[in-house]
Amino acid sequence: MPPASPEVPEGTRAVLDGPEINRALTRIAHEVLERTKGGEGVTLLGIPSRGVPLAQRLARRIERVEDLAVPVGSLDITMYRDDLRMAPARALGRTEIPVGGLDDRVVVLVDDVLFSGRTVRAALDALGDLGRPRAVQLAVLVDRGHRELPIRADYVGKNLPTSLRENVTVRLEETDGHDAVLLGPAHRGPRAGSPPARAAATEGND
Amino acid sequence: MRHLLSTGDLSRDEATLILDTAEELARVGDRSVKKLPTLRGRTVVNLFYEDSTRTRTSFELAAKRLSADVINFSAKGSSVSKGESLKDTALTLQAMGADGVVIRHSASGAAHRLANWVDGAVLNAGDGTHEHPTQALLDAFTMRSRLGRLEGLRVAIVGDILHSRVARSNVLLLTTLGAHVTLVAPPTLLPVSVHTWSCEVSYDLDDVLPKSDVVMLLRVQAERMQESFFPSEREYSRRFGLDGERLGRMPQDAIVMHPGPMVRGMEISAEVADSPRCTVTEQVANGVSLRMAVLYLLLGGS
Repeated sequence: MPPASPEVPEGTRAVLDGPEINRALTRIAHEVLERTKGGEGVTLLGIPSRGVPLAQRLARRIERVEDLAVPVGSLDITMYRDDLRMAPARALGRTEIPVGGLDDRVVVLVDDVLFSGRTVRAALDALGDLGRPRAVQLAVLVDRGHRELPIRADYVGKNLPTSLRENVTVRLEETDGHDAVLLGPAHRGPRAGSPPARAAATEGND
Repeated sequence: MRHLLSTGDLSRDEATLILDTAEELARVGDRSVKKLPTLRGRTVVNLFYEDSTRTRTSFELAAKRLSADVINFSAKGSSVSKGESLKDTALTLQAMGADGVVIRHSASGAAHRLANWVDGAVLNAGDGTHEHPTQALLDAFTMRSRLGRLEGLRVAIVGDILHSRVARSNVLLLTTLGAHVTLVAPPTLLPVSVHTWSCEVSYDLDDVLPKSDVVMLLRVQAERMQESFFPSEREYSRRFGLDGERLGRMPQDAIVMHPGPMVRGMEISAEVADSPRCTVTEQVANGVSLRMAVLYLLLGGS
């Protein structure tokens, strides 16, 4: 056990640390290459905020293994959410579709936590307005269960059984200064602008 | 933020949120499906008591891109021409379940009155000589995307300030966002209370030009004038119109803006209007994104 650090707030515990996150991503990169027969035609789309740096990391790993350039972009799903009317209007994230578009590509959606599945549902709707991919797959760092829709991930960093009273927080170097996946009690802790109760139930990391 | 009645009501954070949202929404115009499902099932009424092509179509397109249902209600050919009051029209719209009302009216303060009568969000699309908030917001958006910042920007607004709702909304908004505004006009075309505005005033365009990052020209609103405010159009144009020679004396990267409609040969020469430094068509394109942002922020949440 490392000494108690400010990186793990009181009441929460780290379920994945930096090196473990790296290993999970490396494994997912290999799985993507295997399932897509060498990564031909793959485009990675991260869902803001933390899916975006994860997609970039995955792309770098794939490029390291297989000497090919993987287009990376981001897909903001705010305008497609099903709970917009349950909270004040939210600020939008960035949607950045790589040049060449999505038509006939194998799009791998990347997000940090898979929870209710509603974010992914929204992402699928958003994709439909942006092009027609040959296939859509889903990669997540953590699958915490409690699906509310018939959605599953193709690539999972870690399956993490949780209770609804718990909260999964992913922290990344790029957005938070350090890598960690934390498990703590729900609706507490320093989550800026935390929306009320179940409005936050999409994937639990708004 | 429940209504958008005046840019003076916007805090710096709120105004910045609107501009940032518009920046993301601007990309929707480049997609194959130029539509978002966000306002599905919501109704937006365009209530126009004054002629307007640009603003009405801009609001209509913005609402449609967000999948809202749009009803256009213009004073001509409606119950208004039969003598219905603004309040009764408002209550009718209310009964029909309008979630948002976009109002353009010749009387200053009409949007404020309407906001007291309806439950939905009221968006001021120009009330008399008072305010035109979305125009100011799209102007600020255009400045920011062309010049990369608003803080410290030197903006000259030239022309008929007295009758301009665009000028008032711009002064309020740009000041909030950290820009410095100078109004340039003949003394007869400045409001009496202009000294209380948070901006400078000058009567000499040639003095202000070299010190401006943005020159915004306003049309002389002859339709609102019952008396003569300057000796002749030629004299106005010579002293306050922007021609190629004056454009040459502006800083290299300074831009020329105009809310439209332009009167070529009066406040702006054809040479300037057609120059790549003139942002008129850009302003129109930005107007749609900006109005989408405002509609989303006012109607998209709870």
